[in-house]
Amino acid sequence: MPDYETFTHDVLIIGTGGAGLRAAIEASAAGVSVGMVSKCLLGKAHTVMAEGGIAAALANVDDRDNWKVHFADTMRGGQYVNNWRMAELHAREAPERVRELEAWGAVFDRTKDGRILQRNFGGHKYPRLAHVGDRTGLEMIRTLQDHGIHQGIDVHMEVCVLALLKDGARVSGAFAYDRERGRFRIFRAKAIILATGGIGKAYKITSNSWDCTGDGHALAYHAGAELIDMEYLQFHPTGMVWPPSVRGMLVTEGVRGEGGILTNNDGQRFMFDFIPENYKAQTADNEEEGWRYTQGDKEARRPPELLTRDHVARCIVREIKEGRGTPHGGVYLDISWIKKRLPKAEEHIKRKLPSMYHQFKQLGDVDITREPMEVGPTTHYIMGGVRVDADTQMSSVPGLFAAGECAAGINGANRLGGNSLSDLLVFGKRAGEFAAKFAREQSLGGVDEAVVKKLADEALQPFANGDKDNPYTVQRDLQEMMQHNVGIVREESEMQSALEHLKVLWERTKEVGVTGHRDFNPGWHTALDLKNLLTVSEAITRAALERKESRGAQFREDYPEKSAEFGKVNTIVWKGEDGGMQIRRETIPEMREELKRIIEEMK
Amino acid sequence: MSAESTLSRRSFGQTMRADVWWAQPLVVFLGLGAFVVYSTWAALQGRNYYFGPYLSPFYSPEIFGPSPHSWFGAKPVWWPAWLIFSPSLLVLWAPGGFRLTCYYYRGAYYKAFWADPPACTVGEPRSTYLGERSFPLIMQNMHRYFLYLALLFILVLAHDVWKALWFVDPATGRTSFGMGVGTLVLAVNVVLLGGYTFGCHSLRHLIGGFLDQFSKSPACYRGYACVSCLNRRHMLWAWMSLFWVAFSDVYVRLCALGAWHDLRFF
Amino acid sequence: MKTAVFRIWRGNAAGGEFRDYETGVSEGMVVLDAIHHIQATEANDLACRWNCKAGKCGSCSAEVNGMPRLMCMTRLSELPLDKPVTVEPIKAFPLLKDLITDVSWNFRVKKKIKKFKPRPPDAPDGTWRMQQEDIDRVQEFRKCIECFLCQDVCHVLRDHRKYDEFIGPRFLIYVAALEMHPLDTEDRLEELRETQGIGYCNITKCCTKVCPESIHITDNAIIPLKERVVDDYYDPLGWLWKKMRRKKGSGGS
Repeated sequence: MPDYETFTHDVLIIGTGGAGLRAAIEASAAGVSVGMVSKCLLGKAHTVMAEGGIAAALANVDDRDNWKVHFADTMRGGQYVNNWRMAELHAREAPERVRELEAWGAVFDRTKDGRILQRNFGGHKYPRLAHVGDRTGLEMIRTLQDHGIHQGIDVHMEVCVLALLKDGARVSGAFAYDRERGRFRIFRAKAIILATGGIGKAYKITSNSWDCTGDGHALAYHAGAELIDMEYLQFHPTGMVWPPSVRGMLVTEGVRGEGGILTNNDGQRFMFDFIPENYKAQTADNEEEGWRYTQGDKEARRPPELLTRDHVARCIVREIKEGRGTPHGGVYLDISWIKKRLPKAEEHIKRKLPSMYHQFKQLGDVDITREPMEVGPTTHYIMGGVRVDADTQMSSVPGLFAAGECAAGINGANRLGGNSLSDLLVFGKRAGEFAAKFAREQSLGGVDEAVVKKLADEALQPFANGDKDNPYTVQRDLQEMMQHNVGIVREESEMQSALEHLKVLWERTKEVGVTGHRDFNPGWHTALDLKNLLTVSEAITRAALERKESRGAQFREDYPEKSAEFGKVNTIVWKGEDGGMQIRRETIPEMREELKRIIEEMK
Repeated sequence: MSAESTLSRRSFGQTMRADVWWAQPLVVFLGLGAFVVYSTWAALQGRNYYFGPYLSPFYSPEIFGPSPHSWFGAKPVWWPAWLIFSPSLLVLWAPGGFRLTCYYYRGAYYKAFWADPPACTVGEPRSTYLGERSFPLIMQNMHRYFLYLALLFILVLAHDVWKALWFVDPATGRTSFGMGVGTLVLAVNVVLLGGYTFGCHSLRHLIGGFLDQFSKSPACYRGYACVSCLNRRHMLWAWMSLFWVAFSDVYVRLCALGAWHDLRFF
Repeated sequence: MKTAVFRIWRGNAAGGEFRDYETGVSEGMVVLDAIHHIQATEANDLACRWNCKAGKCGSCSAEVNGMPRLMCMTRLSELPLDKPVTVEPIKAFPLLKDLITDVSWNFRVKKKIKKFKPRPPDAPDGTWRMQQEDIDRVQEFRKCIECFLCQDVCHVLRDHRKYDEFIGPRFLIYVAALEMHPLDTEDRLEELRETQGIGYCNITKCCTKVCPESIHITDNAIIPLKERVVDDYYDPLGWLWKKMRRKKGSGGS
């Protein structure tokens, strides 16, 4: 029998980012015992990287804003394949969630009359993002963390979950190891919330941390839950492209929100050339109007740089492909030009975008107040994930909940900037609330010793493999393959070949060996993460193959247009009886009349 | 915490730093040391501290003393014969105390004179450490009282500059408005001392820093903003004013000794 | 291709040694890139924490050439590469393995600090009004990414190990952010003087020097807190003055 320690909680939360922490606060406030498991240290989760802000219709800056406008913006951005109930709940509840943060000590930037300041962002009709300079994510995670530590939540830091345990149909616990000593742990719980974030590490160029390896997606999938919308992977249009060591590092949309413009190597502001039909009415058609919009003119329409991320990313790719890119394979993003318009522009830029200034100065030798940045798309966020019930966040497996990036539905085919932080809060809270409710109604499920033994043996296999294959090499090969075959621009044969590659990589993964012992061994950890990365990579590829159209973040070179037929369905991936990945299309439920009317009114 | 780091405590001066970490504490040691030696010597002189309308800042205000600048005349008769007398000793303790308890100097001399630590990440000579929470260093908390005195000194020294604008013609005995290099030296001294004193951390607190809501007290906030502005360069002000106050004394002393001719502009 | 030698501490609580690794150097490379390269090629099991690699999470703290740094923000171009670059774990906390230390003490300390307690909301909708100038100070402290480099460099922890009597610069700015928060109504000065040991700080400013977020820890947080403690404990005249004003104020109303 493998050696392991057992911990018991009513609700176990996997992931300590924004969604996990918000869920933990809610669940513990409901009076159940809460345990959290984090791959890293508390407060280091990828949420800290969020820069722009939290989207919520507080209407502090523009009083025309309300939840209906936010709802309509979210649906338009998601190309109407969103889970409309989630989009509704999100838009309705986000303002309250933001105000709550202030009551817990968050310190947002202020308006002149002392309220929470909101800024413009792509796809949002009005200034809507509550923010703290360009470090909103840090403010949010710190606020939740500092509030949560006084709630009696047990936090297991640097512990990584390898598999979920089940008792019959329902989930009953999790099998994990601690990174520090490499010892196994069993967590028994009545309900489990997945809040593990994204999958960016499946790609070579990404803005994501090492820990964004799709754990929640894969854990849920292997536990029998369904994944939805996996083809929708957001490439953020502006990542750093030079120097190589920081390639992919995020450049916040806030740069464009503050007036930054995109140009190609001819100095041409190319975004004006391609404004999609459904955004024509609300996009500026001249530079002057665009500038006025960024400076808070309520009459002006937004500049095309602030169109949705999927669109901007594709325009950038086209410029580069057609030979109008920069020396290092990007385009120019210029904020320094505002000197022509603003007095003291240098100070203004440093105050509004301090970390961007710092990041380029320190890592790229570029002074953004004087010269343009070179940027290109970077893998940023997955709209797809665990399919959950809109109100409760429970997956198709009883007792298994998901919230945040690893859950899906709210964003549809493309996420608007700022909607992820509000998503974490709104649905983190809901997941915590309903998981606590579920836990109170259930008893503890059993744990199958035989399953645990099998999992432990599997986990230790890399030590027995010697040096057949290197986990880092397999990871790198996977990242390069996905970047090349299932990137921004997709095509049938490339994706078919990706599936072939994935088969080979699965085989290689079984063979990877690690040296050293179990104490904090990154080689071993990398080997164990491979399974998750491969699972999500396969789900993305299969879903992208299934959707034979271009919509939002999914762009198919072989099907460049939107199709009405596909606009009515979501793709759903699950693990079949034989262990192979299954896929089907499912019709999106009919929207409530009231919501339909809102969308019509806001068109 | 019971567990000890396996990389054991470093011995005195031990570090992995490859830069010349000892240069800064050494400069501080030499700079402050030189000042202390010179100012002590100058304070004990008791003569050659004034020249015409100029009075050395080490001797101002001259409460008792032989010069025409004295407020209450010569050395008092009740002054014990065995006790050394110099007009400077009556006053110098105040600005001295201000600098001694200054937050910048504290950090600087703990390092340079006490090696506590010698420099960041460099091993220390002693294993015991009391910090500023017990006697004698707990007395550093008196800094704000020295600040009050230092503010008075700024007024006195400003008045000295005013006086340094009025020259007595030895031939006629008439007083006339004028300006010499010495006047400028003393004026710069006041400016530098002002920059240092008005950037004091205690003043920053007392004038507004103690508030949690600046918007409720706009006047305090403006004061706080001004002090903060000077405070950002507190170290620079500290060194410039330290150097200049000594230089002012040197200048007056050289003039008094006749070793230097004070140039009159008008 | 240019190369550089990295002299990296390998070992655990039982003991260890510096080992040399050679890697290629490319444009824009940071120390963490070198560590990753060494991990991927020569030493799979070289333990090191990192997350964002963008200076935002504060995980990859280590000592590079003897100075506490974030490895992801230390460019090789600013280091002398003719000599080996030493990379060691931070020293103020117990070593676990290679570049990893047990920083759990910090999390325990934070838990003991009294939490934020806001005044009742200003507006009927449950919100507050604050001006930007009210929060500028607090926002500076809240930039902290909890890399604990300031804790590492502070000699009170690093050399004198006052873990039970002193909370370190990180938590002094944490307390400062709470104490100066325009909405907060809690009083933390007594603990600050007694159990949190603010008097141990002797203003060496090493914390400020190593802060990757350029927070003016000493000038803007620790010294103002020391002054607030003086207000309450070491300033008899100020105490009298306040007492008199309060009396006058209450008499008038």
